[in-house]
Amino acid sequence: MQTSTGTGPIGADLAAPARTVPFGVPAPGTEVVRSESELRRFLLGLPGVDQVGVEERAARLGGRSIKAAAKLFAIDAAISMVDLTTLEGADTPGKVRALCGKARRPDPADPSVPPVAAVCVYPDLVPVARGALAGSPVKVASVATAFPSGRASLAVKLADVADALEAGADEVDMVIDRGAFLAGDYGRVLEEVFAVKQACRKAHLKVILETGELATYDNVRRAAWIAMLGGADFVKTSTGKVSPAATLPVAVVLFEAVRDFLDLTGRAVGVKVAGGVRTTKSAIGYLVAANEVAGEAFVDPALLRIGASGLLNDLLMQRQKQRRGAYAAADDFSVE
Amino acid sequence: MAHPRFAYAPAPESRAVVRLRPSYGLFIGGEFVDPLDGGGFKTLSPATEEVLAEVAAAGPRDVDRAVRAAEEAAGPWAALAGSERAKYVFRIARLIQERARELAVLEVLDNGKPIRETRDVDIPLAAAHFFYYAGWADKLEYAGLGPAPRPIGVVGQVIPWNFPLLMAAWKLAPALAAGNTCVLKPAETTPLSALLLAEILQQAELPPGVVNIVTGAGDTGAALVAHPGVRKVAFTGSTAVGKEIQRRLAGTGKRLTLELGGKAANIVFEDAPLSQAVEGIVNGIFFNQGEVCCAGSRLLVQEPIADALVDALKRRLGTLRLGDPLDKNTDIGAINSPAQLEKIRDLAASGEQEGAQRWEAPCALPAQGWWFPPTVFTGVSPVQRIAREEIFGPVLSVLTFRTPEEAVQKANNTTYGLSAGVWTEKGSRILWMANRLRAGVVWANTFNRFDPTSPFGGYRESGFGREGGRHGLEAYLEP
Amino acid sequence: MAKTAKLYIAGAFPRSESGRSYVVNAANGRLLANVAAASRKDVREAVVAARAAQARWAAATAYNRGQVLYRIAEMLEDRAPTFTAAVADAEGCDDADARARVGATIDRLVWYAGWADKIAQIVGGANPVAGPFFNFSLPEPTGVVGVLAPQNSSLLGLVSVVAPVITTGNAAVVVASEARPLPAVAFAEVLATADLPGGVVNILTGRTAELAPVLAAHRDVEALDCAGAGPELSATLEEAAADNVKRVLAAPGEEEEWSASPSVQRMLAFVETKTVWHPLGI
Repeated sequence: MQTSTGTGPIGADLAAPARTVPFGVPAPGTEVVRSESELRRFLLGLPGVDQVGVEERAARLGGRSIKAAAKLFAIDAAISMVDLTTLEGADTPGKVRALCGKARRPDPADPSVPPVAAVCVYPDLVPVARGALAGSPVKVASVATAFPSGRASLAVKLADVADALEAGADEVDMVIDRGAFLAGDYGRVLEEVFAVKQACRKAHLKVILETGELATYDNVRRAAWIAMLGGADFVKTSTGKVSPAATLPVAVVLFEAVRDFLDLTGRAVGVKVAGGVRTTKSAIGYLVAANEVAGEAFVDPALLRIGASGLLNDLLMQRQKQRRGAYAAADDFSVE
Repeated sequence: MAHPRFAYAPAPESRAVVRLRPSYGLFIGGEFVDPLDGGGFKTLSPATEEVLAEVAAAGPRDVDRAVRAAEEAAGPWAALAGSERAKYVFRIARLIQERARELAVLEVLDNGKPIRETRDVDIPLAAAHFFYYAGWADKLEYAGLGPAPRPIGVVGQVIPWNFPLLMAAWKLAPALAAGNTCVLKPAETTPLSALLLAEILQQAELPPGVVNIVTGAGDTGAALVAHPGVRKVAFTGSTAVGKEIQRRLAGTGKRLTLELGGKAANIVFEDAPLSQAVEGIVNGIFFNQGEVCCAGSRLLVQEPIADALVDALKRRLGTLRLGDPLDKNTDIGAINSPAQLEKIRDLAASGEQEGAQRWEAPCALPAQGWWFPPTVFTGVSPVQRIAREEIFGPVLSVLTFRTPEEAVQKANNTTYGLSAGVWTEKGSRILWMANRLRAGVVWANTFNRFDPTSPFGGYRESGFGREGGRHGLEAYLEP
Repeated sequence: MAKTAKLYIAGAFPRSESGRSYVVNAANGRLLANVAAASRKDVREAVVAARAAQARWAAATAYNRGQVLYRIAEMLEDRAPTFTAAVADAEGCDDADARARVGATIDRLVWYAGWADKIAQIVGGANPVAGPFFNFSLPEPTGVVGVLAPQNSSLLGLVSVVAPVITTGNAAVVVASEARPLPAVAFAEVLATADLPGGVVNILTGRTAELAPVLAAHRDVEALDCAGAGPELSATLEEAAADNVKRVLAAPGEEEEWSASPSVQRMLAFVETKTVWHPLGI
């Protein structure tokens, strides 16, 4: 029985038949969002995640020994997946321009190093980044929706998104309302994701779950499904403002979710791990997890991103070591 | 299949850490000696078929010599203060840790199992067993066997090839802590880690004769268990040989513990944590190439999720890496011997003949060595051989069930009773199932876990007696 | 003319299907009774009865099993004069000795009755494994146990081997003392009126050497207590028992002194340790 009506995705089939499949996901499975109670049933009906089991699986994946050519491939792939990020109150146009320079040519001495995927900033600095990245393949990503807490009205969040888009953002990183999620108000979380996705139009939407606040892997999986049903192009672990940020077990849960969503709907949603990824070894762990859990197609900047700042220099140092056989020094690479 | 872009390069562990001798004698009375009966045999590397070393075959006179050495050592060893015995056993544990890498590589070479497993499971657990029982040596009056339990005397211990060092540890550690002296017979195809352990015992300055190691085949083991000086026999191996030993010991008054075969059911309910269940199934039957007595060789899956689970399982098996067991990324190593490979092939063939559907993981098998790909049979009915006989290889038989009662009935419909797995998110159902499964170990929402504090052993034809924990002492003490 | 004592199978008192019986004399040679001589088919029936009863008996609460054992002790005490006479006849002892043996038998039942809900606490428990798991071990009954009752101690010996088997939830097929079966026959009558579910204890009278091998080779019998077999018979029984890896208590060289304080060892001989693991996580 469906009792919910409204203008958002829940009950959309009743209120607006044209939006029966509201998320551009014309495939089986999307009927789970026809009412809030169906959504709840669906989310609570997802298979549980056993903490010990998933953490052991993650440890095994993280323990893969990636050497030689595989390591070189992984380092370049990881560089091309980096969303080079600065999200500080103290950010300045100067710092953002420096970051953009690094994004375009991570190692000026070595043109074979690929550019990173995107530069990620607050909305007010999007114009700076847009200008600094003009003519490069590097995307401009902006956090929005009252990042990082998400504690604002939907209207304010949508205005934030509109700002970022107007300033030229290619990608929007929104935060979900964790309070609503933990209170069990899944419909509200979905409606917000859906509304932001509508507002994004052609821009890519990354939905930050802030897994460090979700308490359980079951919740991570449910939140990922809400985001995907709401239209997310990426599910993203963290804002970077909460500890723990990205962890390998959380990523494993997300890779399973996007894999299962792809199976169900035919639509590939990406994964962005953000926060706490500082070393090449840890980055490669995420690549291995993507490869073995979601499938090799996910080892691609179109479906895997790493939100980081310091990581890039470690990747460059490791890259140099792999190529030249000698260890690099930290000061061989610029610090922005 | 297109060549993957993210192809893992070889990442082999160096074998330089192991210095193999061309030949090994018997370890009797604290030193390596040549066999009186003069025979020897070669031990081969299952992954490459190369000859690793020549090993002495102990004849009846050698077994007798080993038992006499153990008898001579028995009195002083038992008379030693428990706290002093503990120090020796602690020292053995510490030396195993110090030489862990060497032992891990040697075990790979001789057994064929992956380095990841020897490094992360076999060797650390072996050390942990010695540590655990070392602590018991001066606390035996708390073992629940009366105020002054006594050792039995000379114990004869016959171990299998699937976890060579770990099984030696399971046998020796409690026996030594309790004050017994031992004659250990390692498996014919995997003698080397026990012989390296002999070096460690020398290093630990264990009194001569307290542990003696006689290598050889089945007749060496038969001579050992039949020797009148042996007062207790501990055997891990096949049910057929276990029964034979039990028969031979009839009327002798010798104590006996048996850890034999299994055909464990791994039961997955529709509300299971599916991803972890898939991992548990993989760990259950493909850990150590399925050459595990407690392997989850029968997957019982509830019908509503049967197809989805089998699909997920096959997808997962597609990511298993079979090959060089010294490679740190290898998941599936070589089968231990041609004879074992032949047995696996024979049973797998019977599965097809009897109408089950065979599926093999898509992985290339190396040209040299003995290999068998991860294999899943679906459409298996309880009457088929692959549902009843222990295969001891990487072969999973999938059966379905509808109700918990049916799951229990099918799980218990075997002459074995070593282990079982249950996967469900419903706590009361876990306990209900655990209560009804006739198995010595029940893993709920996990599988193939081992710990020195945790008693391990079978119901029914999987044997009797427990290894591990306080219970593990019972086999080596008189009340 | 003495009556013919019957078998005790599945809570009923059938004649041997073979129709056979044998004469039992007192220690002083006086004719006491005819007793049914069980056959291999009676063993089979008794095993079927034990199998049918065992799971429910094991599933009863330990408290309940203890209550039943206390009840058996009470019933035996009620009939103490009968048992005293039977023991005196069978064992050829004087009245005071017989009374003492009956008293010890009652005490033995009470001792085991108290164990029913305690044995798991002394041999089971949590195991502190090195990992995020809750792990516990507990004793469970082995199943159907064949019991060859002691030949000399016709009542105290009998109860000393049967009580530990059933306290922990096993079912028993008992072969009574061949030459001194009448206390066992009387004991069967106590069991039948003491709330013990039919089939949990089945008592056969007859020739031990004929019946024991059937029990030892029976694949649906999981354990064997050879207390009353004697070393020579015990050896052949142990050999036959290997066919399904039975747990066996071999016969001692000489019959035990049953008046000595018992230990828990007879209970532990016929329990299995089950260890259960579960992850700890959120």
